[in-house]
Order: sequence, then structure tokens, then C-alpha cells
Amino acid sequence: MKGSPVTNASASTGPSGAQGLHAPVWVAGTGVISAIGQNRDQCLQSLRLGQAGMAPMQRLESIHKDTIPVAEVKLSNEELAAFSGLAPTSSRTALLSAVAALEALADAGLVGAGARDESSGSRGATSVGWRTGFISANSVGGMDLTEDFYPAFLADPAKGRLRQVIQHECGAATEAVADLLGINHYVSTISTACSSSANAIFFGARLIKHGYLDVVIAGGTDSLSRFTLNGFNTLMILDNAWCKPFDENRKGLNLGEGAGYVVLVSAAVAATLKRPPLARLSGYANANDAYHQTASSPDGTGSFMAMKGALTLSGLAPSEIDYINLHGTGTQNNDIAEGTAIKRLFDPTYPPMSSTKSFTGHTLGGCGGIEAVFSVLSLQGGYIYPNLRLETPMKELPFEVATTFSEGRPINHVLSNSFGFGGNCTSLIFSKL
Amino acid sequence: MDQLMANLKRQIIAQLNLKDLKPEDIGDDQPLFVEGIGLDSIDALELIVLLQQEYKIKLASAEDGPKVFYTVRTMAQYITDHQPA
Amino acid sequence: MQQPNKYQITAHCTIRQNKVFRNGGLLYEDQKALALKDFSEGLYNHLQIQYPKFYKMDPLSKLGLLATEVLFIDIPSIKLYQPEEVGVVLSNAHSSLDTDIRYMSSVQEMASPALFVYTLPNIMIGEICIRHKFKGENSFFVFKEFDATFITGYVKGLLDEDLVKACVYGWVDVLNQDYDAELYLIEQNHQ
Repeated sequence: MKGSPVTNASASTGPSGAQGLHAPVWVAGTGVISAIGQNRDQCLQSLRLGQAGMAPMQRLESIHKDTIPVAEVKLSNEELAAFSGLAPTSSRTALLSAVAALEALADAGLVGAGARDESSGSRGATSVGWRTGFISANSVGGMDLTEDFYPAFLADPAKGRLRQVIQHECGAATEAVADLLGINHYVSTISTACSSSANAIFFGARLIKHGYLDVVIAGGTDSLSRFTLNGFNTLMILDNAWCKPFDENRKGLNLGEGAGYVVLVSAAVAATLKRPPLARLSGYANANDAYHQTASSPDGTGSFMAMKGALTLSGLAPSEIDYINLHGTGTQNNDIAEGTAIKRLFDPTYPPMSSTKSFTGHTLGGCGGIEAVFSVLSLQGGYIYPNLRLETPMKELPFEVATTFSEGRPINHVLSNSFGFGGNCTSLIFSKL
Repeated sequence: MDQLMANLKRQIIAQLNLKDLKPEDIGDDQPLFVEGIGLDSIDALELIVLLQQEYKIKLASAEDGPKVFYTVRTMAQYITDHQPA
Repeated sequence: MQQPNKYQITAHCTIRQNKVFRNGGLLYEDQKALALKDFSEGLYNHLQIQYPKFYKMDPLSKLGLLATEVLFIDIPSIKLYQPEEVGVVLSNAHSSLDTDIRYMSSVQEMASPALFVYTLPNIMIGEICIRHKFKGENSFFVFKEFDATFITGYVKGLLDEDLVKACVYGWVDVLNQDYDAELYLIEQNHQ
């Protein structure tokens, strides 16, 4: 990846403000695209109306077309390209990333509302003079293009367009979007499965806290691919119907696609913004479950440690959390492990909680970013999102998840969980100013 | 049945890379999972693949796994009962 | 940011070209092993580890696991840490591509769940954590080449914030028969 924070920091100017573990990191803007909307407002409207994004496969070509529902972004690659300014030949992972990252930057007021900087050809954030980083997570990279390349190539090695495979690795999507945004101070890709983009967000916060960067666009993206669909299918954790997170009769997850980013800024940058920041990233932690490659431990050790660590850093008691955006994939294993960890930490008083994956599907490397955006929105509007399709609460758990949308509630602290294969567990806490 | 169970033991060891085990280390009625041989959920999925590849038998739901894959004998019984005509 | 003597690298390990170096000294060599698989299994036997799960792992996890085993020779104190006090931060160039390719070929016949679970690089971290019961922070970065400055800075940050008291970090990369591992153990000084 381009550069390292250590060398860049010494070469940069720009004020740093108070530094260290407890220096505040603000969220100045958010951007999101998912199966329930092409931007923040559309997603919020779907959350409000209880409209899920699952449908029979339309864009992805698969033999499972008629049997496995997915949550696809409704736009074609050409439409995403026109939206973002990336080439339509880019990987879908990069295209989704570009749309959400541009919305986040525009929301933060750190870019000329999407106007192209003619001199550099980019929609740069660097022109505003802050040391800016782009930390984007994904787990599939350019797999969507690679798997379109192979059939022709395998039939005849003279066939197939090599241009489709040069975007294969995960970093390529990040680089393409960083170039579009004109960011070159610091660019990095994190790949830790389904917790990837939550990890990108707190890595970005650390770089700001320690004075390496002033602004970080952090989050993640993933597009649907046959690779992941078939893989999750072999693990027998896909539901053939729409998923039912935290239901006693849950049968598995639905895969989705999308991207979500938050613009993190230092106190010095926040002081110059036209409007007050939206939220503060007050806590975060990562822990390893150390139990199994893909399964969570029955008592949710890793999830428990991640939530507890985030609370410790934020200085909050469990009773101060007003909403939990659950990882809530809808698999037997995740929901009981996560639920048990919540029971251990929150008993006997539970905040409202829900899994928005019941709307967006499980977007893998994108979900931590998308759900961070939903968490910040929850603080802004006092929203509790419904956990769709819940019929029978899990009998092992003493609490129930929210099933209706509500707004205007006094929400000061939101906990967002993202747990990944490899035992990688991350929790973030967003707080009102 | 005995021949089938002997074959199964060899196939299980190969499919699951159980290099520390020999076929005779696996008892006909020894539980294959946690408390017995110590297989895990991914192994269960690989056993489903094994049934499909070697015996052309498709296990419809992973939930049947614990019953079918309880021991080598229950596996052999399931294969015998579901052998395609 | 911190006093220079607050932490120290208490062990390092390099595995490349069929040679294993521990703290700079040659620990093991097997020039007869033609394939990475044979080399890994030879090293596994040499180290006299009893961990049958090893055979089920993909080549990347095997290499990462072996490198940590080498790292902990003569460091029995690693067991004295609380689980959450030990972190693992790894990086490489090819992510899980080596296994991705084999999984893709398995799909032609029948997709293998056991291969699919290894199509993520941080599964290697998971395997190391399961083996040694480490539950501290872990992260996986993909770089074009080993960036020691970056990753050392990152790990020192974890130690500075007192999130971990010890950390395994470095580089483990595998693609077909090409492989390279360089791991470090850094610990807070006990004084």
C-alpha cells in the first residue's frame, strides 16, 4: 500500500490537536449504498417503512438463481459508474465503494459537493489541506470480474480480457477509489472477513488519535460473487427464504452487497467544519474468539470481550447504551453466541437492539461500514430500526429484539457489533457529542 | 456392512486429513464428533461431500448430520438405506 | 512516543528457502523437500508438535502456525499471559490466493467447505489463536512487500495503549511453492 503513517506524519504539516488514546475522534459525514437504497436517505426510508432488500437474483449469474435469495444493489455497473465517475469496467466492489465514499465526503463538506477538480482530474479531498487517509475494507476484491474472465480463458487461453483480472486483489478496489477521491497521504486495505470494515473504522480513528492523519474516510465494501455464494452454500448457512435473525427458527443468512463509510476527523478539523460533527467514535475494541475457523464459541467469548473492551475505552456502563446494532446474521451459531455474550454483559437490563441485516442481507466486508452509518443515523434521529420477520424470540435468551421502527428517542450511545470468520470480533460505540 | 464400514474409515481419514489416525483407531460405534474422534462442524460438511461424491447420496439438510454421522455404523446404515437403486 | 526500552523483541523467526532461522541461528533445514507441503510436514515432525489439526490446515495456516511454534521455543512464559493480553498482527502480499485457487478448482467437481473456510487470510490468525488460546486484538494487512516500519509502529501502538502485553507480528506469505515467513514476538519488559 501507499506510504506508511510513520513516514507520512513527519513529512506533513497541518495541525494535530490533542493526541493520544483519549483524543476525541469525530464523525463528520456518512455515506452508504445497499440493497435498500443508493444513499443515506433512501436507506433510511426503507428502514422506516420496513422494506427489505432481498429478492430473487437479478444481476448475479448463478445456478442457485431460483433457490437462494440475495440482497443486491439494484443498479448496474454502468449506472454505478455514471454515479461515481469510475470506469464501468471497474470491479463492482470498487464501484459500490466509490458511490458511498463520495456521499460521505460530500456530507462532511470536505469536497466541492462532488465537483471534479479539473487540474488533478480527481474529486480530491486533499485540496482542503488536511492529511487525509482512505481506509477501506473488503473481502472479495475484484472476484466478480475474475469469475467472469475464467470461463472464456479456460476454454481457450487466447481468450479472456486480462483487464478483468488485474483488479482481483483486495487492495485494487481501495486504490481505484483513493485515486478517484484524490487521496494519497495514506491508503490501506484491511481484510478480516465480516469484521473488516469495523476494523478499518477504528484503525482510522487510531491514526487520527496519534496525530498521523487529520481526516480518514473509513469503512468498507463488498459485491456479490459466485465465489462467496457457493462458499457460504457449502457451509450450509444460507437461508433459502428471507433471513430471520434472532428468531428461534432462524435458518441462516442471506448474502448482500453494498458499502458504507464514515468520515472521521480530528478535533482541529471538526472546529473548522460548517456544521457540528454528527457523532463521536467513543469506543472500539477487537478480540479473538480463539474457538473455531468459522464458528463462534457457544458462550460468545470473543463477542463479549469486544463489547466489553469498547465499553471500557468509552468509559460507559452497559446501562448507558441506548441501542445495539447487532451483528445478527441469522445463522444458528452467530445469533446464540452473540445473544449469550449480550446476556453476560447486559443482564438484567437490555437496551433496544436489532439486526439491520434483516434489511440489507449480510454484506461481509461492507457490513461494519454500513451499520456504522446506520448507528450514526440512529443517534441523529433517535431511531430504533426493526428486526424484520421475527416471529418466535430465541428461547435461550431473556430479551427480545425490536420489531418496529421508532424515532425521536433519546439515543446517546449506540453499540455496533461486527464479528468475522477467523474469530475476529469487533465492537464500535458511537456517541452524541 | 463390515466391508462398508472399513471403506468408510479409510475414506473419512482421507477426506478429513486425519493423518494421525489409522482406520483401526476408529471404533465402529465410537462417536465421531466432539467427545469421540473430535470432528467439528466443517468436518461434518466434508462428510456430506463424501457421501455425495463416493455414494451419490445427498443429505438434504445439515440438521440431519448429527444423527447420520454419529458413528461409522450409523453412517454405514444410512448409506445402506439410501443406496440409489 | 515511548521510552525505547519499554518493550523488546524477545524472539524472531524466518522461514524461507527450506531453512528455518530462529533468532538468527539456523534451526532446521531440509533441502530434499521439493514441495512446501513436504517441507512443512518435515518441520512439524522435527518440532515434535502434537497437534493433529495441523494436517487439516491450508498451506498458509500451516506455515504461520509453524513459525509461531519456532518463535515460542524457549519462551515458556508465553503461557503465563492472560488470553486477552496477547495480540496477533500479520501481513502478506497474496492474501489467501493460494487457497482461493484450489477452492475454485474444487468447485468444478464439488465445492469443498474445508477449503472455503481458508479463503480468508485472517483464518491463519484464528488458527494461531486457537492453538495458543490468544484472545487479544488481531488484524491482517495486505501489502506489496513486508513493511516492517508500518507493522512495528502498529504493534507498538497496541502496547502503548496497554491493549496487549505481548504480540506476535510479521509476514507470512504463500503462493503455490513460493513462501516466506518472518515473525517476531514483542513483549513488554517485565522489570
